Amino acid sequence: MSFLDVKDLKIHFPTDDGLVKSVDGLSFGVERGKTLGIVGESGSGKSVTSLGVLGLHKGGRAKLSGEIWLDGEELISASAEHVRGLRGKKMAMIFQDPLSSMHPFYTVGHQIIEAYRIHHKVTKQVARKHAIDMLGRVGIPEPARRVDSYPHEFSGGMRQRAMIAMALSCDPELLIADEPTTALDVTVQAQILDLMVDLQREFNSALIIITHDLGVVAQVSDDILVMYGGKCVEYGSADDIFYRPEHPYTWGLLGSMPRLDREPTERLLPIKGSPPSLINVPPGCAFHPRCPYAERTDGKADTEVPDLAETEGGHLVRCHMSRTERRTLWETEIKPVLETQ
Amino acid sequence: MRRKSALAAAATAALALVLSACGGGGGTPQQPAQSATGGAAAQPAANAALTQVFNPSTKKGGTLKAAHSSDWDSLDPGDTYYGYSFNFGRFYWRTLTMYKPGPGPEGNTVIPDLAEGLGTPSDEGKTWTYKLKSGLKFEDGTPITAKDVAYAVARSFDKETFPHGPSYLNELLDWPKDFKGVYKSPDVDYKSAVEATDDTTVVFHLKKPFSDMDYIVQMPMTAPVPKDKDTGAKYREKVISSGPYKFETNEIGKSFVLVRNDQWDPATDPNRPALPERIEVQLNVNADDLDNQLISGDIHLDIPGTGLQPAALGKVLPDPALKARTDNPTIPRLWYVSVIPDNPPLDNVECRKAVLWAADRVANQTAYGGPVAGGDLATNVMPPPIAGQEKFDLYTSPENKGDEAKAKEALAACGQPNGFSTTMAFRSDRPREKALAEAMQQALAKVGIKLTLKGFPASSYFSDYAGNVDYVKKNGIGLAGHGWGSDWPTGYGFMQAIVDSRTIRPAGNYNLSVKNAEVDKLIDQASAELDATAREKLWVDVDKKVMEDASILPVVWAKALLMRGQGVTNVAYNEGQSMYDYILLGVQ
Amino acid sequence: MLTYIIRRLIGAFAMLIVISMVTFGIFFVVPQWAGATPEAMASRYVGRAATPETVALIAERLGFNDPVAVQYGRFMKGVFAGAEYDYGAGVEQCPAPCFGYSFISGQPVWPELVNRMPVTFSLAIGAAVIWVLAGVSVGVLSALRRGSFFDRLSMGTALAGVSLPIFFTGMISLVVFSYGLGWTAPGGAYVPFTQNPALWAYDLLLPWITLAFLFAAGYARLTRAGMLETMGEDYIRTARAKGLREREVVVKHGLRAALTPILTLFGIDFGLLIGGAVLTETTYTLPGLGQYAILAIRNQDLPPVMGFVLVAATFVVIASLIVDMLYAVVDPRVRLS
Repeated sequence: MSFLDVKDLKIHFPTDDGLVKSVDGLSFGVERGKTLGIVGESGSGKSVTSLGVLGLHKGGRAKLSGEIWLDGEELISASAEHVRGLRGKKMAMIFQDPLSSMHPFYTVGHQIIEAYRIHHKVTKQVARKHAIDMLGRVGIPEPARRVDSYPHEFSGGMRQRAMIAMALSCDPELLIADEPTTALDVTVQAQILDLMVDLQREFNSALIIITHDLGVVAQVSDDILVMYGGKCVEYGSADDIFYRPEHPYTWGLLGSMPRLDREPTERLLPIKGSPPSLINVPPGCAFHPRCPYAERTDGKADTEVPDLAETEGGHLVRCHMSRTERRTLWETEIKPVLETQ
Repeated sequence: MRRKSALAAAATAALALVLSACGGGGGTPQQPAQSATGGAAAQPAANAALTQVFNPSTKKGGTLKAAHSSDWDSLDPGDTYYGYSFNFGRFYWRTLTMYKPGPGPEGNTVIPDLAEGLGTPSDEGKTWTYKLKSGLKFEDGTPITAKDVAYAVARSFDKETFPHGPSYLNELLDWPKDFKGVYKSPDVDYKSAVEATDDTTVVFHLKKPFSDMDYIVQMPMTAPVPKDKDTGAKYREKVISSGPYKFETNEIGKSFVLVRNDQWDPATDPNRPALPERIEVQLNVNADDLDNQLISGDIHLDIPGTGLQPAALGKVLPDPALKARTDNPTIPRLWYVSVIPDNPPLDNVECRKAVLWAADRVANQTAYGGPVAGGDLATNVMPPPIAGQEKFDLYTSPENKGDEAKAKEALAACGQPNGFSTTMAFRSDRPREKALAEAMQQALAKVGIKLTLKGFPASSYFSDYAGNVDYVKKNGIGLAGHGWGSDWPTGYGFMQAIVDSRTIRPAGNYNLSVKNAEVDKLIDQASAELDATAREKLWVDVDKKVMEDASILPVVWAKALLMRGQGVTNVAYNEGQSMYDYILLGVQ
Repeated sequence: MLTYIIRRLIGAFAMLIVISMVTFGIFFVVPQWAGATPEAMASRYVGRAATPETVALIAERLGFNDPVAVQYGRFMKGVFAGAEYDYGAGVEQCPAPCFGYSFISGQPVWPELVNRMPVTFSLAIGAAVIWVLAGVSVGVLSALRRGSFFDRLSMGTALAGVSLPIFFTGMISLVVFSYGLGWTAPGGAYVPFTQNPALWAYDLLLPWITLAFLFAAGYARLTRAGMLETMGEDYIRTARAKGLREREVVVKHGLRAALTPILTLFGIDFGLLIGGAVLTETTYTLPGLGQYAILAIRNQDLPPVMGFVLVAATFVVIASLIVDMLYAVVDPRVRLS
């Protein structure tokens, strides 16, 4: 069993319009010192998954089922108060858009001190020293001075560093970063990613990076999980996903990766249409309305939900096409296009 | 003897002297003190305090808690002009004469207070002489002399400093031409108007004969003021007492407290039992809350004495236990409509008569609150409690609901057979007056007289609107809601201010409509008549002349619904005050 | 910051001058449109059946014969430089700020205003404590239990609270609690705090609650709406992710942010209230500024009206200035300039 082991996780929200199946049977695992990238468009269920792992859906309207094992402990059946005690200490989260995710009325230092003192019975002075220390470690210059600044007085990159400092303040063993770089410009994105990887090594923690952008996880992930419509559609090592991708949706994601040498608006392999509604999930393969190869499935595309099947050595794909057909398509039609530039 | 006149009393001054001497010894037979011998507590019944003393007692002590829904004009005896103030003030001032305390018709008569007897007229009523008792003292122990009384009268002359008080003595007395008041012309001798010929003799010199002088000098202008303690307009803050109580504290506009004046000698004053130890007065109390507190027993006395508010009436009248605590006297007050001859066609007496014929008296009475809360149907100007009043009716109609036929006849005689249009003014913040205006509108419409109703704020009604001659003329005001109470219960006291056309000035008039030379002539005759019976007859003639002139449409002779406080002893309605007699009150 | 305050104070001063001119103008100009002469004005301040001579004397004494601008100048001179008052037997110095003497009672206005302030302050402060505590906590609970029975009950009560006038609720409360049950003091009771704090609170309890009921309702509604909004913010999720207990999430993170609009409203409400809780003071016969004002207006007594208007406006201006400065303290993103 991995350090974090999620099995058949379902997170459903009853609404007036029907049941929203935000996460529907998701399984994955991460080891200490390893990084998992979860990739998908907004609405694919990736953020709901991360909040579910942290136990933030407890006591709310969401219906959870499945298992979440963290370091040998099952969290879904655990009490809300117990999970709260783990939150911030054993597992922590870095949110996207640190401007709205940090309280505008409290100084950065105050918010880090607060996070630290929830789990450590220390004086304010000690916690403050720790906060300054953390700010220094995430690369904020003059941390002793900036500790008393408010979030709005920081630049975007600095804010994200402060957010990371806050998440890491209690040495969490599992760190979940939800779109950690989305709000930042490209050069700062790279710095923040480097920082997270460095810190992960230093703390030897398990890291989950959630993003809609494969480029973000390209350099840092050991494993990558591609989500679509609340389900995993492809799962494998970073090499599997980048060099041997087999799902048409992954191909589309690869084709829309922003790169330093290209206009960001340019898409080589655009994905037509929009993400599926989670109330009325399309029958059969959820991706079929947008899939250019849907007609190659002998009519199963809109009738049967494809299984998540192993293609080779831990590489899992959820697709009706045969393995050979997928590999042929990749080699002959997709890869050449992606390599043209 | 019911309407014992002032002069009749004066004629028996010698007797009065004897009486007051007796009073000094142990009270007159009418004193409630004598009738109470510590018997069982009185059984409350409606109107129990009208003809006798309710819950009589001689027990001294306790605190009398009183409240007022607004504020005094001034606590200064030379600067006040409210009935309740004249009534209540007798706790801390004494005047030359006073109304006989207690219930029944005798309350209308005046008896000596500071004076040994009533005034002695001479020079055909142009000179009035009053002799002071001995042993009178101010609260600081200095003796009260005739000079202090004369000074008090002279200081009240200064209307710039004392604008509130009555002007009777300014008008009646023969003031020196260059006298501008004791502050502005301190060196002018005012002995041509009022003088102290020795320490105990006060002499008034009048410009012309005046018969009601004993009623005038019961007003507080004759309450003595020590010259060296006089602080002009600030005297109201610290009045030097000549009565049984003096000020302990006085917060203007909020509250004041009276405590016993140990320099007051009961031997000189048989009329004031002075029962409570303390009298606490709260001012500017919310009127509805005041009624509630009176009902619940949190306060003993509603000072203005004009009766319960409409909200409380609804609670008190249906509840037999509460109603048993009330008295419902007819007070010397008339609610009426002024029929103003300033604008055509009402300048024609026949058109005015048409209004009087057409009016529905019952509807008007209902508008004014009905027979209990409002008053009795009024058929002429003078209310019943006025000495010598006669009830007559020149405009009789079936069931008092108006006579359309007679009204139309009058309209034809006026040359307006199809009726006419005019405007009626009323005080918009007085719901009853508004209801009256609406009742008039309905009744007059039946004979073709169209009324436009116009409401005005009561506070500037007389200064800016109905009492403003220019405004009335420019805006075609034909009718105006009005009400008047008497200063003292004689024809002069009630009528002079509202029917003498010579009182009319550009603004602030109370006589809105009676502009009749014959009325003026009768008034002069009546005021000069020294014989009481003849004088009373003359005032009835004035009343009749006004009704013939049709410039006043009487509505109701007002009745008040007064409530006796819980735990209050010695309660009696006094006709002279038209309120409970405050100086008699005690607490259980 | 200092220049900001100075600039605001100058603005406030100019506004007070304008307010004083408008008040003065309404008092004189409106009756003049209706054709009132100086004598007609003066006849409001004399006894009944006063003679024309008396009325003319009073018109002259009160200065009604001068042009309105001259009268205004004289009044304002008194405010800044003091004035003299002739009380017949002598002349009294009325030091600045002299808001003149009542036309009715002849009492100087300024000492009376000062004298009445503690009553109004007592009323306003006590009521404010109650309504803020009650309103905010009910609002928070309603927001957290949105749609529950408690939420619907309290919001229904709140609607009644903002709709019912004080003279109604006040009078009913007096009849029930004071005269009926005898639990609270009757109307008209007031003892200074310095004299007897327990009696002070006892006497003011019912007025406090009545007044607080009116305001608490609005604050509950506002707090509820604010909490519903802030509890959906990202930083609330962050606070939870840190492992913070829910109670602290609600109070320290949610309520803290929801309180800023309440602070603004509170500043204005409180400023208006210490300028005189007119209805409450009249209903309960409390000798405060509001009662003074209503009596003065009823009697058309100009100097107290002027004094009251200026004092009340000053309180509102000061309160809004304090709120703006507090705002910068509460919300660090706000910078005063």
